[in-house]
Amino acid sequence: MKDLVVFGILFVVGYFAGRWNERRHYASIHQREDALSGVLVFSNRFPPAGAGRVGTKLVTGSAVISEDYFKGVVASLQNLFGGRIRSYESLLDRARREAVLRMKQEAKDLGASMIINVKFQTFAIGGRNPNAVRGVEMLAYGTALSAAPRAGTALSDAPKAGTALSAAPKAGTALTSRA
Amino acid sequence: MAILISNLELVPGRRVLKHLGLVQGSTVRAKHAGKDLLASLKNIVGGELKAYTELLQESREEAMARMTKQAEAVGANAVLNVRFATSSITAGAAEIFAYGTAVVLE
Repeated sequence: MKDLVVFGILFVVGYFAGRWNERRHYASIHQREDALSGVLVFSNRFPPAGAGRVGTKLVTGSAVISEDYFKGVVASLQNLFGGRIRSYESLLDRARREAVLRMKQEAKDLGASMIINVKFQTFAIGGRNPNAVRGVEMLAYGTALSAAPRAGTALSDAPKAGTALSAAPKAGTALTSRA
Repeated sequence: MAILISNLELVPGRRVLKHLGLVQGSTVRAKHAGKDLLASLKNIVGGELKAYTELLQESREEAMARMTKQAEAVGANAVLNVRFATSSITAGAAEIFAYGTAVVLE
């Protein structure tokens, strides 16, 4: 009986505190995502054409997010039936976005305008041990390209590259003149 | 001399003069029992486990420092294509591993 009361209290506390924490975290994520939207993130292996000679530096961001009691109980119940475990989806989403934000912040502090070759890694803390502290670590890492004046132009170079392409009609006229 | 560390295969605008092979660094860390107690409380209400974030971040820096030292020893001036790996050894400990290719850039 006593165990049941403790379980009930933890379950209810976990539900409300977990929800409050998650909402607060999402609010902070949205706000910082807007603030850091100037740093571009790519999973490309090579820098965009026209980036020129740029400085490179490895940047990393990581976050360990813990589940709450409610999520844990719900997940272990859902585990019996299989299928989607929604309570963990938001957990991983928060961890990943937080990791990306920290990586972007590091790049911004370096004066970089983009991060390329971004890789992710997930690590479950506590593993399969039911008594261990449970959480998930998300690591994001990539290469920040920092050549503040050039990198900026590299992106705004896109229209310039367009003009290079619009040289094509000229070649066309060359052809038509031959015709 | 600072060693350039990057997870790119090629550094834009710089040629690789020499490949020196794989360099690696790793560290195994366990957490502090007191911190673990706080973390288990956090496990009820959810949220970030800051102590763990810091622990893993520090270990990653340590692993990278060891990798850099190895790169210096073989005479490289850059480590390219760096990757990380994490694995749990026992319930309380994790190994953080960093590896990459040591090269000489022009």
